[in-house]
Amino acid sequence: MNLAEGVQFVSFMLLAGMMLAAALGVVLLENIVHSAFLLGMVFISISGLYILLNAGFVAAAQILIYVGAVNVLILFGIMLVNKQEAFKSMPNAWLGKLTTAGVCAGLFALLSSMVVATPWAISSEIAAGELSVILIGEHFFSDFLLPFELASVLLLMALVGAIVLARREYLPDELTEPTAEVFKLAERPRELAAAGSAKSDRGG
Amino acid sequence: MTLQYYLLLAAALFCIGIYGLVTSRNVIRVLMSIELMLNAVNLNLMAFSNFLSPRDVTGQVFAVFVITIAAAEAAVGLAIVLSIYRNRDTVDMEQFNLLKW
Repeated sequence: MNLAEGVQFVSFMLLAGMMLAAALGVVLLENIVHSAFLLGMVFISISGLYILLNAGFVAAAQILIYVGAVNVLILFGIMLVNKQEAFKSMPNAWLGKLTTAGVCAGLFALLSSMVVATPWAISSEIAAGELSVILIGEHFFSDFLLPFELASVLLLMALVGAIVLARREYLPDELTEPTAEVFKLAERPRELAAAGSAKSDRGG
Repeated sequence: MTLQYYLLLAAALFCIGIYGLVTSRNVIRVLMSIELMLNAVNLNLMAFSNFLSPRDVTGQVFAVFVITIAAAEAAVGLAIVLSIYRNRDTVDMEQFNLLKW
């Protein structure tokens, strides 16, 4: 193991430990605000792992989109529905948690045995590195053009849908007002008058 | 560093996400668990892209698409959470049983 591999190994272990600890904190901590900030730490660790995987552009996109947009959005959501309520305790909640933990551990054992047993065809080519931004752009505008445009349409649909779902349909105070007043204008319309007779009315 | 370490790490993250998705009772924590699972999938894609076909960055392109979809999902999910919170006045998953028999 030369120096570069050693540095890579140590960075990988640091990032992996940080990511797993933060992910466990997201799931297990009581305070939801702490969970949200730990989620940001998970995103930043994964961005570091992307840099280790020779993908600088996606690492930058990960920080911009996940930490800058999704995590801030989740924090805003927490602030908007911040209700300090004690959930009603469910009977046999521990049984469900234990079963879920068992299923997850089994799934992890299955996946890890598959990962270790499979003979991966590891390529010995040099990674694209700095050139990857150009290659991603070429992919976007040649063979992935249709999914790229569809993604923009999907983002627009999500934007409109989120606004429609989250806005208030009515203000609660306006419902209690009597409905007979609806057609009354705040400003009284000026009376239509003939040119000759209007002057005598106004002057008198 | 070999491919197996990254795949094991992504599998662990995915399992933590599933555990949080099933057991948490706060709706926003459920959304966070979904984000964890999407990130595990992204990590898998990037590891395959780097180790199996390094000259061809198709895995990174897929990861960018997944990031886009995840951002849209988070926005719509939080809008649904806000709407349910206004109607039911709670964020407890156990009380959101409108569509359950």
